[in-house]
Amino acid sequence: MSVYETYKKSFWGPTIAWKRLFTKPVTIKIPKVYREAAERYRGFHINDLELCSGCSTCSKICPTDAIKMVPVDTEVEVGKKAQRPAIDYGRCSFCAMCVDICTTGSLKMTREYIHVSDDPNTFFFIPDETGIHQQEIHQGYQRDEDSELLDLERVEMTEIPAEERINSFIEYVKGYSKEQAISEAARCVDCELCVDACPANMDIPRYIESVFNNDTAKGVDWIYKTNPLPGVCGRVCTHKCETVCSIGHRGEAVAIRWLKRYIMDQESEEDIIRHARENIVKKGTGKIAIVGAGPSGLAAAYYLSLMGYDVTIFEAKNLPGGVMRYGIPRYRLPDEALDKDINVIKALGVKIKCNTSVGKDITLNELKEKHDAVFIGTGFTLGRSSEIQGSDHKDVLLALPLLEKIRNYLRNPEESRKPPVPDSLLVIGGGNVAMDVARSIVRLQRLEGKEANVKITSLESMEELPADLEEIVEGREEGIQFFPSRGPKEVVIENGKVKGLKTVACTRVFDEKGQFNPIFDESNVMLIDGEMIVEAIGQAPDYAYLPDELKNKLEFIKGRLIVNEKGQTSIEWLFAGGDIVSGPDIIHGVADGHKAAVGIDEFLNREEE
Amino acid sequence: MSKEVKLFIGPNHPGMHGNSSVHLYVEGDTVVKARLVPGFLHRGFEKLMERRLWFQNLALIPRICVPEPDINEMVYAMVVESLTGIELPERAQWIRMIILELARISSHLMSLGGVGGSTGLYTMNYWTMSDRDRILDIFEKITGARVYHMYIIPGGVRKSLPERIENDILDVLDYIESRMPEYENLLLKNKVIRTRTKGIAKLTEKEALEMGVTGVGLRATGLPYDIRKIDPYARYDKVEFTVPTATEGDAYARFTLKYLELQQSIKIIRQCIELMPKEGPANVRFSDGSALRFKVPAGSMYCHVESSRGEYGYYVVSDGSEKPYRIHVRGASYPQGLYGVEKKLPGTRLEDVALWLNSMDFCPPEIDR
Repeated sequence: MSVYETYKKSFWGPTIAWKRLFTKPVTIKIPKVYREAAERYRGFHINDLELCSGCSTCSKICPTDAIKMVPVDTEVEVGKKAQRPAIDYGRCSFCAMCVDICTTGSLKMTREYIHVSDDPNTFFFIPDETGIHQQEIHQGYQRDEDSELLDLERVEMTEIPAEERINSFIEYVKGYSKEQAISEAARCVDCELCVDACPANMDIPRYIESVFNNDTAKGVDWIYKTNPLPGVCGRVCTHKCETVCSIGHRGEAVAIRWLKRYIMDQESEEDIIRHARENIVKKGTGKIAIVGAGPSGLAAAYYLSLMGYDVTIFEAKNLPGGVMRYGIPRYRLPDEALDKDINVIKALGVKIKCNTSVGKDITLNELKEKHDAVFIGTGFTLGRSSEIQGSDHKDVLLALPLLEKIRNYLRNPEESRKPPVPDSLLVIGGGNVAMDVARSIVRLQRLEGKEANVKITSLESMEELPADLEEIVEGREEGIQFFPSRGPKEVVIENGKVKGLKTVACTRVFDEKGQFNPIFDESNVMLIDGEMIVEAIGQAPDYAYLPDELKNKLEFIKGRLIVNEKGQTSIEWLFAGGDIVSGPDIIHGVADGHKAAVGIDEFLNREEE
Repeated sequence: MSKEVKLFIGPNHPGMHGNSSVHLYVEGDTVVKARLVPGFLHRGFEKLMERRLWFQNLALIPRICVPEPDINEMVYAMVVESLTGIELPERAQWIRMIILELARISSHLMSLGGVGGSTGLYTMNYWTMSDRDRILDIFEKITGARVYHMYIIPGGVRKSLPERIENDILDVLDYIESRMPEYENLLLKNKVIRTRTKGIAKLTEKEALEMGVTGVGLRATGLPYDIRKIDPYARYDKVEFTVPTATEGDAYARFTLKYLELQQSIKIIRQCIELMPKEGPANVRFSDGSALRFKVPAGSMYCHVESSRGEYGYYVVSDGSEKPYRIHVRGASYPQGLYGVEKKLPGTRLEDVALWLNSMDFCPPEIDR
């Protein structure tokens, strides 16, 4: 049937329009009539400036480049940048991707339809809680689970389950596969908050990007610019980067540490050495002595040799590595990983003289005479004792010597003395060292065929424990019992044998100012048993190698050496770094070593002029 | 002696749809030669998309067709989904159909309203535009924007439907249905319009197929070509609807078909609301990681949907990176807008030019992409 027949011609038909003369118009009179937009309306932006971290992810996703990060005058907090997004409404397409990807969730939109102004500058502004019109806000579009543009869940790391891993010292973290690493790297939003948080200011987003692009060789390049111990840091770093990771605001932080480890595990030692050699800039001539082959010493040696200096490291122990070799247990940091890093440094021509204790085999002054500059990175080698009654008993041990003994034994069971393996152990302390001792002894107990029986007591409550969260969680999985908020009072000895530790409740560890100032409730007494007690309540530096005339010229605060921003002490040829300057932390040591290497280079060049 | 005059029908001409222009060479009232001169709107959509992330493109693609942006989102999402091979949540499929059909209604209303510009029947224009606004209200509630929705994303839809939106949708459908007799009286039964459009801007099936005209233009020549039937996407195979056709192939037949398609769309949406699962996720991730690092596996893919103007398709080449390697858009109105203007306008009268542009659905950004 023809369409002309479907609808018949009608004379009166079109006149139906006349009846509309008498109905109410559908148009409304703005601004006399206020029209509320829908709940999800994508209007103008509002931003909680306090919550916003200035991570610039909004400006990265913005398809029209409408968001510009502008510097703001605020106090820079850790994990935040002194910049906030400003929106250019001449460009904005109101797509709200910025809202959906906002890492902190501070950015939202209002329900306003209209902004009218004869001043073009009002169309470019930094949104705050009051929005573009500085008035009461009707909140519009917000992110929800469906519109989420971040990936909040970390790619799970394959680990040996607790019941299996406590039977050996095998490294229990398996490392990422290629697919896992690439998916994990895809979570990064390249905000660079981590770079500021890392003591060594590693180019973290760049090497994560290289993982994402499946170009680990480039990743090695980026890593070695700031860190010559990546195999170690990729396993045991305290990862301050992950603490500030912007994804961590609403989800799980990107596994930066594991990605670093992934890069290093992909590249062979030869490749890394070749990379390192390519970066040598021959310019310096001079001899430099480094005391201590720990993180800071090795880092300093690496960067100094890149600059063409003749570097010799003097190490008291029979293997280089310091705390990495003798402190951290093997299940977290196997010797092979450490050797790989050290071999790269050695391949650059760094000489490491082991079994040479400065102060005994050679004095610091002799070093000074033979070298142009000296770097000391001797670390915290002495354990601290609580010095409570009974702590001088032979079964009350210090953590560091015990850990050293365990590692020596595992490395060479025939020639080393076997560490003591008690039926029950009590560790005093709540830091990573305490966890290391506890978890090592659990493994030794299992190797001996005993039941795991290790307890940890600390002044801090469970929430305040200074140890890494994963250490605590994993330790608990491995059967370690925690007795938090207890102050040690006395080692209880019966018939010459340690029976346990008498503790009192600790109600407060830090005072209002954040100073260490514990308060105890003496009425709340508890005996925690254990036939061996290990004190892991902190370490201290050993400056015995410093001759008095030098020591008098140096400045110390609470046992730490004062150095300038180049790692230089008040004696101009003496540079220092690592634990003795920044406190115990590997990545701080690496950063100090790098800094001092630059400082030494500047010092020597200035001298020659 | 008649003299050839060059006439310019540009963006400010009421009969022109959007920012494009046609250069007409006329002798008296008869068109001798017609040339489409695009360029007013050229943003380089296809090229721009190569420089934007897969997700960022969602803010750009709706702009390739302003009155009906959702088909762009749909076809882009379909391409990405087929390249990544993800399974969509069932609810998302139905939500998409509701959105697409609402968009078809709003686009047809706008197109029917366009008769005002080409014939002077501006009452139709006012009516359809104000009725279309009710659909935009629905869009605002569902997607957060009235025109550029950016709602259909690869993997599903951006957000789930707001609560009780079904009632609002049904209300609007009822309202539009109640208006249908009025449109019918004003437009289809109107003696002036019938006289004015009968046999005007005529196209035969052969010509249509030669040029590649699809949609209402082709269906008005008698061929029931509709992607929703031929190659069903979303859940169009699960709903009942017919494809109206006519045999005349002129402007009046096309107006009639648009009017009839309104009814079919209303029917589809009602079925969607009934058949749609009431619970379920709105979307699934099509790639690992954050939106800044979404990747699509390497490959190439052409997907097409039925827009209000015909077959609308994207051909996408991915090299497996975070950005598309190449995107080609098959704009539905490209054949009638370019070939149609140059082939079919010569010989017609000057006043019929706007009728061609209007009834064939001429959408400049699709041509000028």
